[in-house]
Amino acid sequence: MEEKLTLFKNRKRFGIEKNIDIIFKNTALVLSSFVAIILLGIILVVFFQSFESFSRYGLKFLVTSEWNPVKDEYGAFTAIYGTLVTSFLSLLITIPLGVGTAIFITEDFVPKVFREIIGSLVELLAAIPSVVLGLWAIFVMEPFFRAFFVFLHKFFGWIPFFSTEPTSRNSLLAILILVVMLLPIVTSIARDSLNQVPKKLRNAAYGIGASRWKTIFSVILPAALSGIMAGVLLALGRAMGETMAVTMIIGNSNEFSWSLLSPGYTISSMLANQFGEADGSQVSSLFYAAFVLMILSLVVNIFAQWLVKKFSLKY
Amino acid sequence: MNSLYYQKRLSRNIGDKFFTSLSVICALIAVIPLIFLVTYILYKGGSQITPELFTLEPNPPGDDLDAGGINPALIGTLIITTIASIIAIPVGVGGGIYLAEYSKGGAFSRFIRFGVNVLAGVPSIIAGVFIYALIVSTKILFGSMYSGLAGGLALSILMLPTVIKTTDEGLKLVPNELRYASLGVGASMYTTILKVTLPSAFRSIATGVVLGIARAAGETAPLIFTALFSYYYITGFGDLFYEMGSLAVLIYNFALEPYDAQNKLAWAASFILVLSILSVNIFSRILAAFTEKTKRV
Repeated sequence: MEEKLTLFKNRKRFGIEKNIDIIFKNTALVLSSFVAIILLGIILVVFFQSFESFSRYGLKFLVTSEWNPVKDEYGAFTAIYGTLVTSFLSLLITIPLGVGTAIFITEDFVPKVFREIIGSLVELLAAIPSVVLGLWAIFVMEPFFRAFFVFLHKFFGWIPFFSTEPTSRNSLLAILILVVMLLPIVTSIARDSLNQVPKKLRNAAYGIGASRWKTIFSVILPAALSGIMAGVLLALGRAMGETMAVTMIIGNSNEFSWSLLSPGYTISSMLANQFGEADGSQVSSLFYAAFVLMILSLVVNIFAQWLVKKFSLKY
Repeated sequence: MNSLYYQKRLSRNIGDKFFTSLSVICALIAVIPLIFLVTYILYKGGSQITPELFTLEPNPPGDDLDAGGINPALIGTLIITTIASIIAIPVGVGGGIYLAEYSKGGAFSRFIRFGVNVLAGVPSIIAGVFIYALIVSTKILFGSMYSGLAGGLALSILMLPTVIKTTDEGLKLVPNELRYASLGVGASMYTTILKVTLPSAFRSIATGVVLGIARAAGETAPLIFTALFSYYYITGFGDLFYEMGSLAVLIYNFALEPYDAQNKLAWAASFILVLSILSVNIFSRILAAFTEKTKRV
């Protein structure tokens, strides 16, 4: 009888232990809300810092390309255009390459060991810091492609994109180094989504006599499309925000030019270049440009997440 | 009868061959840059490695033929990444614990998970801009402007989503039976988490966190106007509040110098950075593969 009583007596936790439990839970809650606080903080801080420039130039900032600290006139069109052009064109090259590589890794052309080695090699590429890629681009890639650029200008100079003499720093080099950076992202996400397509879909296609590539194009790729699209959008967000390698190789010129063979600018390279030395209303204009960049990458990222949720495979 | 055999010249078979070779070419193009890059860095950077490199200060660029060493940048990278880890790991692991153990899939946790993904997609230079506005320009940290501390804070923003995500996912993989067993013998929630679930998810969390740290160590964009750069030895605790060099910013600054000696120093720094990041990556990959194998048995 007495034993039972003590059991009942201890049924409730001691006060201290109970308090620790509550404190622990609430600490975790507070820590997890830090993410939201930081995210909102970034958006608010960048917005309010850009307010001066925003109220002075309004949306005109987005379409003029004057950037003159002496005259205090600012417009970010060249940088915005450069950001969009470099990221979209690099994606245009990366998508077929990355998806092709992903198909190679998920099909059984070569033994599994080789495929896994290729897969992890591509993923290791993602671990290389972008500043090192920039260094490599300056000293190895640029001399390697120089002759090719001269050739492009000579024979395709009538196209506006190749209309200037190639300089040693230009937008096309930035696009090429972006391809190297985006390739691992697109490849690994495309590979994961291709791997998630159930085996029975493939077997059904083979069973009715489809050839391997007919199966890939009409069955497997469509089934994996949403995942691949999300990966592409994530890569697009990365391309827009990528700073170091692009800053080192794009030439950083605010002079607008259609030609990819002349120096260009992106928002992030403008920030990297000018932020340290800027003062007065230039700082506010840089914050405005940063705000534009942030909105661009937020929209792309949120759209990617929505896409994954909306069209994720259901089998 | 003939139609039962494989016919090379059928258009579908020719098409198959064509696309197969196309995908092989894609794979080759994807792998070639990595091989070129790594061999070039190992060759070019490795040949610059001398013992003095690790002990000397870099000389300011000039006609000087001798560029000096990278000691301050190396120590600076270690310090800045350590500061970032000290901030990001507790916050991230705590947040991950809440998401995986306490939240019930309601609006709050969905919002936080969404926020984690969005924060992971924020361009790294924006983190630098944010810390610049918050700390550097306001001189809020004891009146210091550019400082190693500010650089560490900027990097911690980039590490945070990775740490939360790996903790969340690692804890979700722990079987619920373990939790039931622990709670069933009367352990409280925090004991269960600290003594049972966290230890059993430790390896996957640690792998993710280490990869996150390796990634942060190579980040440059958030540092160029928070930590800036310094040519001088780091001698004491007070140096945290002043400009601090790092390998990544050293590479950026010296790659753009017109002098050969500085460029060589940039290559040497790249060698050290890439070698350490790649070895961390490869090691954690092997560890992960090894764990998977033992689990299956």
